This record gives sequence, C-alpha cells and structure tokens, in this order.
Amino acid sequence: MGHMKKGIYLLLLSISIHFLAKAQDNAGLTLPTGFKANLFAENIGSARHIAISKNGVVFAKLNRADKQGRTIIRLADENKDGVSDNITGWANYGGTGIYLTGNALYASSNEAVFKYELDSKDEVVNPLSPITVVSGLISRRQHESKSITFDKTNNIYVNIGAYSNACQEKDRTPGGKGMMPCPILDSAGGIWKFDASKENQTYGDGKRYATGLRNVIGLDWNPQANKLYVAQHGRDQLNTFFPSLYTDAQNAELPAETFYEINEGDNAGWPYVYYDNFQHKKIVSPEYGGDGKKEGASDIKNPAVAFPAHMAPMGVLFYTGNQFPAKYKNGAFITFHGSWNRAPLPQEGFFVAFVPFKNGKATGEWEIFANGFAGTVDGAKITSTRNAKARPCGLAQGPDGSIYVSDDTKGSIFKISYQK
Amino acid sequence: MGNSKIRCFLFGAIIIMLFVSIKTQAQNLENGKKIYQTKCLVCHQSDGGGVPNMNAPLDGASNVIGNDIARLVKIIKNGFNERVELDGLYYSNSMTANPDLTPAQISDVLSYIRTSWSNKATKVTTVQVQQAIKGNQKTSAK
Repeated sequence: MGHMKKGIYLLLLSISIHFLAKAQDNAGLTLPTGFKANLFAENIGSARHIAISKNGVVFAKLNRADKQGRTIIRLADENKDGVSDNITGWANYGGTGIYLTGNALYASSNEAVFKYELDSKDEVVNPLSPITVVSGLISRRQHESKSITFDKTNNIYVNIGAYSNACQEKDRTPGGKGMMPCPILDSAGGIWKFDASKENQTYGDGKRYATGLRNVIGLDWNPQANKLYVAQHGRDQLNTFFPSLYTDAQNAELPAETFYEINEGDNAGWPYVYYDNFQHKKIVSPEYGGDGKKEGASDIKNPAVAFPAHMAPMGVLFYTGNQFPAKYKNGAFITFHGSWNRAPLPQEGFFVAFVPFKNGKATGEWEIFANGFAGTVDGAKITSTRNAKARPCGLAQGPDGSIYVSDDTKGSIFKISYQK
Repeated sequence: MGNSKIRCFLFGAIIIMLFVSIKTQAQNLENGKKIYQTKCLVCHQSDGGGVPNMNAPLDGASNVIGNDIARLVKIIKNGFNERVELDGLYYSNSMTANPDLTPAQISDVLSYIRTSWSNKATKVTTVQVQQAIKGNQKTSAK
C-alpha cells in the first residue's frame, strides 16, 4: 500500500516536472510545430512598441519611466546567444510608439513624436536633444497612445485615439445619447499623416488620413499592397449602458475587434456604428438610435478581418522575412493584449494571431500563432485581467527573420524563431 | 426570583439583538456584493483587481481602504474623470456616475469593497454616507 502511494507521488511529480520543463522550453509559449521561443529580455518595464535595427539591436518604448528614469530602452545581444546582454536607455517621457527607418529612430509620447539619430553602431547620437517632428496632439487620458508607422516615402502615420467610449454627451453614461455630429472626430478618432522630414508640426501641417477609428494602437504599412493597415479597439459596455438591448453574453462577443486596409479618406464609422461579426454588418450604435439590428450607412469601411470582441489588438507586423515557412511571408501578425470588458464572462486574447494574405489582400481567415502569454495552467481562462502574467503588445522583425513580442506588464521580450 | 427572570430576559434580548445585527450585517454585505456585481465588476473585475493602466484596482488600493470615506462616496455618486495617481500608477478610463444609488446602497457596496479580497478596512454605515453626501454638497457649493 505504502509503495503504491509512493509510486503515485513519484508519477505525479514526474508528470509535473515534464509539463514544467515543456512549458519552459519555449518561454512558456505554445507555438506551431518547428517554432521555438526564448526570453530575449525580462523585467525591463512597461515595454509597449519595439523596433529592431539591421544589426539586431532592439529599442523598446516604455509607457512609464523605469527605476533609472528611462523610457527608451536599447537592448543589444553582443554574444549572439539570443538573449540581450547590454541594456542601456534614455528619454524621460512615457508613451507607446517607436519606429526605425534607416538610422532615424522615431519615438512618441502621448502628445508628440520625436526623432533621434543613431550612429553606425546603433548608439543614439542626440539622446537629450531630439528633433520634435509633431507636437500638440490631443491626449485626454482615454486612448492616449500615439502609435506610429511609415510608408515608403517618409510619411509618418500617427494614431490619435478618441478620448471617449462612444462619443456620448457624458462619456460612459447609462442610456446616454451620442453627440451628433461627434465633435471629437475633428482632432482625434483617426489616423493623421505628416511629412517626417519636417520639424515642429502640429494638426495644421498634417492631414486626417482616416477617420471613424475609436482607438488604433497596432498599425503597419503593408509593403506588398503599399497600403496602411490598422487594428481598432472596438467600443465597450453595450450591456452596461443599454441593458435592455444587450445581455452580458452578447456584450462579451460584441462588437468585433476590426483590422482595416486603409485608403486615404476612409471612414471606419466610429462612433455611429460598430461591426457585428455574427450578422456581418455595420450596426448603428445604441447611442445613435440603434437597436442591435438597424444597419448603418453603406459608405462606411468594411473590415479586412474581424476578431472576437474586446481582445485589444496592440501591434501589427507584416512579415517580410525568409526564416518562417512560406505561408507567413507577407502575412500579418497581430498581438492581442487580452480583454477586460468580457467580464463577468472569462477574458480572451493574450496571444499573437497570424492573418494570412494573398497578393496583398487578407484572406479573411486568422489563426492563433503564439499562445500562453497569460501563464495559466493548461490554458485556463483568465477571469481578472491583472492575473495575466504577460500581455502581448509590441511586435518587430529581427534581421534574421525572427519576430520579437514585447509584454508591457513586467517587461519581457519574447524572441520567436523557426527551425526546420 | 423576579431578578433572575429579568436577567434571563435581558440576556435573551441581547442574544437576539446580536443575532439580528450579525444577520443584518451579513445581508448588507450580500446586498453590497449584488450591487458590486451589477455596477462595478465589469471594470474593477471580480477580484477587485481593476485593469492595468485602465481601471483602478480596489483590492489593496490605499485610497479604498483609507479613511477618506467622503471621497469614496463622491466618486461612487459622481463618477470619476481625472488623471490622478493611485499607489504610483495612473488609470486612464472614465468611471460612470451612480446618481441613483441610495445612501444605504452606497454603504452596502462600500462595506463589501472594503472587506473583500485582501481588504480588511472598516465597514461604512448609512449615516457616514449621508454625512459625506452633505459634506460633499457643501464643498461643491463653495
């Protein structure tokens, strides 16, 4: 009897060691066959977006200053073992955006975009005196991140998020009416385009490139289609503010998080409509007289891909490398931060998705590429968002074709590679 | 003889009062939990953890378990739309106002929040809430 007990304990122990070892194999991530992951960095702070140089130096933008008061972190892997070993940093403003083009490193606060120059060793030349490219952008607490990307002709695209949930007269009020027209859209709730070669610009120097986008954190230029792609965070709390129209379960699934191909002048419809991924329709928001069925105007942009609600897309990366299998080439990776507004139902997200593209167009399909960031046992659901161990945010491609994913809770950077 | 009867009666009465008071307090917390689930849980989450960078935590938050009851009542009543620091971090979301909650309901939900999860603060009485509302009206009238 005693032997049997001992045997069972040993069996349980070996099973748990097996699972632990398996989980640590890939920094705790679940990946498609042939892929592996490791921690390139840990505990660097609230790492939002990341950029990588030709030499493989990673730059991370922190949302808050780290203990040394820095908000741009430079991570080099000098002994080339896949883990950063020389970490330095500078700057004193929190924010999300960072982008590298040639030897120019652009970083954003929640109000402005700054430009730094890197030398041939990817060291910053002017850490204390960056050039101000754009400033004076609206930042009113909600949706304040100014994410940035570039086209091929040195124009910079800046997200200016709407400082509101659904443009109600009083934000987040049960049954509250939406303002008509929504005054926020003049200066926020869209993407603005600026010439990156000019200095000290503000609203009047740029143009509103796309509107009706509540909050975009993930955006990237699709080089094959030569077009901007953006991922929108859909509105919250349909059930909280309109309980007679939406149940908790309906709110957990509505509206879809949406990924758009953007042409100049496009309108994605916020706050007047939202995208319903079950009816495959743009539905009039309840703040504007909608009842969950009434369709919105037909000239509003349709998403290229729709995802489950509230998962919070944070980073978009068009993959141009040669390391991954052919199906990934020219497709898009999207990080999902993980939801909160699905409560009281379990949360979703906390993964990196892959969106296949054919000839520059999304096929409409998507799949989970890397999962397990939340760190729960056997993929159990997170019920309270703070319990997620890591929340995927920034995305960038290294010179060898590996991709890097940042986490803004504790500041891990995961490196994901493919080996035949 | 008569004395012991009276003593017996008093003792019984105290027991009953204690029982009723414990039961009322339990009912208050139960009621506070229901209010929490319908009005607060979606943003502040089932464990009071809030959402990093977005919705402030209630579990372990210094302001929530602190002594400034008037401020807590004001936030519940009027909602919250300011950028302020809480325990070294900032939260960006707006909080919905709850003008319809009665003082008794506010005391129930505050008592639930202040004694749930890791929180071990004092409960809040209806009288405290009424006083806080009066005080807040005076300050806002100034």
